[in-house]
Amino acid sequence: MKPAPFEYQAPGSLEAALDLLAHHGEEAKLLAGGQSLIPVMNFRLAQPSLLIDLNKLAELDFIRPGEDGGLRIGALTRQRRLEREPLVAERAPLLREAVPFIAHPQIRNRGTVGGSLAHADPAAELPAVAVALGARFRLQSARGERWVNAKDFFAGLFYTLLEPDEMLVEVDLPPLPPRSGWAFLEIARRHGDYAQAGVAAVVSLDGAGRCREARLVYLSAGDTPVEAREAAGMLAGGDLSPEAIGAAAQKASRDEMDPAGDIHSTAEFKRHLVRVLTKRALLRAVERAREVSR
Amino acid sequence: MSALYKISVTVNGERREHEVEPRLLLSDFLRHDLGLTGTHVGCEHGVCGACTVLLNGEPVRSCIMLAVQADDHAVTTVEALAPGPEELHPLQQAFWECHGLQCGFCTPGFLMTLVPFLEENPDPSEAEIRQAISGNLCRCTGYQHIVDAVLLAAQRRRPAE
Repeated sequence: MKPAPFEYQAPGSLEAALDLLAHHGEEAKLLAGGQSLIPVMNFRLAQPSLLIDLNKLAELDFIRPGEDGGLRIGALTRQRRLEREPLVAERAPLLREAVPFIAHPQIRNRGTVGGSLAHADPAAELPAVAVALGARFRLQSARGERWVNAKDFFAGLFYTLLEPDEMLVEVDLPPLPPRSGWAFLEIARRHGDYAQAGVAAVVSLDGAGRCREARLVYLSAGDTPVEAREAAGMLAGGDLSPEAIGAAAQKASRDEMDPAGDIHSTAEFKRHLVRVLTKRALLRAVERAREVSR
Repeated sequence: MSALYKISVTVNGERREHEVEPRLLLSDFLRHDLGLTGTHVGCEHGVCGACTVLLNGEPVRSCIMLAVQADDHAVTTVEALAPGPEELHPLQQAFWECHGLQCGFCTPGFLMTLVPFLEENPDPSEAEIRQAISGNLCRCTGYQHIVDAVLLAAQRRRPAE
């Protein structure tokens, strides 16, 4: 028995959970999949006095079509379900492509969408994908609710806009613009390990087949998901030639991120990976965008 | 000590009712409270995969899950695989024949990861097998014989051509 003692509550409704959070927000921790929280509790790096187990909140476990053609995902949806649900492949193919990179099946069977987003690990896949897709998150508390954009939500290392009494309850993924292609790529030393570098790319074409908009979001590249706006801006309006893609990859890796080196890869090596992954991801995304435009 | 919670877990088909502290890990519940020591505990923070068990048929790591969370759920451990004391599960038999283990510490985790994998993917490629076991550490075999064992077990599952 390793975690320090704590009080345990498993509320049966969202309202009851938010009530508990309103009263104990500062000293309580929410337990969703537990795949990041329990390890740090085993190490006693986290010693919450109250654990609010959300696993009875079946109302937060859903994948639904959005009215706009996008997708609504409940915070308690297991990551494994994203792999198996045809609606995800159909409406959020970038997300579908990224999910198998999240750790291992044993982890994805427990890990939840909301848990991963609220944990805000910059090496995690879901935050980068959410930013790339322009997701919005519904944050709820006993006081009410608010919607925030994914790109604003991730405020720092393991740090988000969530107030102590708030819970991320739902993700709204808008549909991709018409004539869009996508790609998710990452490099890890062993499949399922944290990425040394990774990218989520979306490219949308105009009617003439030129780039209308590109989005490039990186994981393991800084304290939060890192968006390469200038590199993406260089592509807009252009023909997406291999040369243009190479220049954007150069820009993103050199000027738009400050990756920290670690035991597995120096910062310089990470930049190299980013450059190569950006090129590969853009080529794949462009190919897919051209396919759907035909 | 915090309050005790009454839980009722179906373990290997048998309903087990116990009172546990909420901080008791599922792995420790299985080993200490139920005496099912086939589930091994290696890293105790979700990295090595040795503690893998099935929760409602899906592989999970029992060292990063609380026993209270298994309340009202079904858990399957390695003890349930062999049909009898003199007989091995086909995957265990293949591990035996291919030398898919040396010290055997990691083996229960590999088995509990691979049994559902083969259900879902009865004809896996070597690359798919390597990906499937990427969440399980083995320090003896170098994995090659484990991969061989899975290929053999998969081959035997297929109807004879």
